[in-house]
Amino acid sequence: MTQAEIKLCSLLLQEHFGEIVEKIGVHLIRTGSQPLRVIAHDTGTSLDQVKKALCVLVQHNLVSYQVHKRGVVEYEAQCSRVLRMLRYPRYIYTTKTLYSDTGELIVEELLLNGKLTMSAVVKKVADRLTETMEDGKTMDYAEVSNTFVRLADTHFVQRCPSVPTTENSDPGPPPPAPTLVINEKDMYLVPKLSLIGKGKRRRSSDEDAAGEPKAKRPKYTTDNKEPIPDDGIYWQANLDRFHQHFRDQAIVSAVANRMDQTSSEIVRTMLRMSEITTSSSAPFTQPLSSNEIFRSLPVGYNISKQVLDQYLTLLADDPLEFVGKSGDSGGGMYVINLHKALASLATATLESVVQERFGSRCARIFRLVLQKKHIEQKQVEDFAMIPAKEAKDMLYKMLSENFMSLQEIPKTPDHAPSRTFYLYTVNILSAARMLLHRCYKSIANLIERRQFETKENKLDASEIQVDETIFLLESYIECTMKRQ
Amino acid sequence: MASRGGGRGRGRGQLTFNVEAVGIGKGDALPPPTLQPSPLFPPLEFRPVPLPSGEEGEYVLALKQELRGAMRQLPYFIRPAVPKRDVERYSDKYQMSGPIDNAIDWNPDWRRLPRELKIRVRKLQKERITILLPKRPPKTTEDKEETIQKLEKKEEEVTSEEDEEKEEEEEKEEEEEEEYDEEEHEEETDYIMSYFDNGEDFGGDSDDNMDEAIY
Repeated sequence: MTQAEIKLCSLLLQEHFGEIVEKIGVHLIRTGSQPLRVIAHDTGTSLDQVKKALCVLVQHNLVSYQVHKRGVVEYEAQCSRVLRMLRYPRYIYTTKTLYSDTGELIVEELLLNGKLTMSAVVKKVADRLTETMEDGKTMDYAEVSNTFVRLADTHFVQRCPSVPTTENSDPGPPPPAPTLVINEKDMYLVPKLSLIGKGKRRRSSDEDAAGEPKAKRPKYTTDNKEPIPDDGIYWQANLDRFHQHFRDQAIVSAVANRMDQTSSEIVRTMLRMSEITTSSSAPFTQPLSSNEIFRSLPVGYNISKQVLDQYLTLLADDPLEFVGKSGDSGGGMYVINLHKALASLATATLESVVQERFGSRCARIFRLVLQKKHIEQKQVEDFAMIPAKEAKDMLYKMLSENFMSLQEIPKTPDHAPSRTFYLYTVNILSAARMLLHRCYKSIANLIERRQFETKENKLDASEIQVDETIFLLESYIECTMKRQ
Repeated sequence: MASRGGGRGRGRGQLTFNVEAVGIGKGDALPPPTLQPSPLFPPLEFRPVPLPSGEEGEYVLALKQELRGAMRQLPYFIRPAVPKRDVERYSDKYQMSGPIDNAIDWNPDWRRLPRELKIRVRKLQKERITILLPKRPPKTTEDKEETIQKLEKKEEEVTSEEDEEKEEEEEKEEEEEEEYDEEEHEEETDYIMSYFDNGEDFGGDSDDNMDEAIY
């Protein structure tokens, strides 16, 4: 984990969970897997505080534990999961666009609490919705349950790994920590619950009851008196599915910008058809025949088969290669090249950054080097039609900021500098990594500045913007690494 | 080493690579050497692009701020313990800062967590009780053991069984007394916390007019 990522994790944990959790979390991210006592000793916090912090972190899926031999339990932090906390508003907003307010609140409760049982989620969401409704109206549990089931069917929420049920009781002492397992088939299986009830509105009498002194409040909530039907089955938000959705959104909007609305709708249909069948790290989707696409187009679109075929041919011939033709059966088999699409988006992001940082002439040189792959300095001046001095200056500026790199090609075995070619080139993967690192740094700076100012709105919005870039670059890097 | 000294002595301005290939022509003035680190905030040549506005942006922004505030209110936000002041004050008992026990405010599912993470609750009372009780059980066991040995010097199995039973009873008594003590302790704070005034403000106002009698 780079220093910038650790700093960002520290700021996020501190904002959301307080300083104690931040100390423990950052220590775990820095040092890797450690047992409880070592953490307490190294950070200098009391054992109780460490226990509290670890409970919170495990509940929110930020730290996982493993039982090693001799009964020692070691805790490990997931740095990338901590960084996802930046994206919570985007997840919630996406659910709102897809499943309206009910879905939005379900995902919000799941993200804020880490994991919850279905009955707990339904109850909380119904109560919250009831409060916003007019007087006299209440939200029925059934409606909330329906939305929950729909979210599970489209894989936006998934079951957490659960404690395995042992049929024969263990002869020895119970293990110090349970080993949680999850079956692939059960991950999206919703338990058969009959949740009957309506949301409760918090009225003034309830508020008086809450104002009673702690002593008189019963120690356990009323829920524990009735047996919870889905006890032990916890649900969490499935972040990978959201990421897949964002990626699809980015591709569709790119196609819409480059071509027109109809082609973007066709691409959206193709992506929707391959949602469940394609894994998130595949380089391209499963091949879809033109007939299938025609049948699955949204109802409002009545374009004829020939027009669809023309669009598909156009998309396949496009130099950006978002869509590729893989065969001729069934009217033509088409795939979407996910990896190429992500690479193009990453490249576009890099070009845009160069343009905004260094000016449009630099951007021209950058695009030239991208196109020619390897180019000498003299040729840059000629092709870009920029005077030598300026071209030199700009090339060095971009080189120093690591957007470009030099490739040496020696003419003689002794690599003498006077007899070596120096070619400028852009390595997209390493430039993307560099930009990602910069994004983390800039978000950390923004958060610090916001904490300092605590008033400006603009800083929040900038954070959201930078996070979108982070998402694009990360998906591209992940995709490339998985291919290799 | 000879070549190093020789290289320095021979041509001062010579560099190891062909200067022309890089682009510095003959006779061109090289930029002046930099004698200090680059400035911390160099002037920006290009202004950043304005942030996108619109309904979606506004909504996500509001959501972000709301989430930040909401997370601070949840029980997952652990505040550091209030540092103890120099002298223990009577009002400390009536001021609520943090949970009464040293435990956590929410109930996780303990079946899913390692056992070592569970905090043993009600430390204070336990300490008090453990101070008192250890004196008693040894006494009672000793007494009872003596009487048993005096009266019945028969099967050892019976005595050991009875001892075990007594230990269990004593444990139960301990637990009952623990519970009883808790309830007592909690009922002490029967009054609504916010009504309690620890009286520190009183007496500060009347310093000005010492002539008039205070009723």
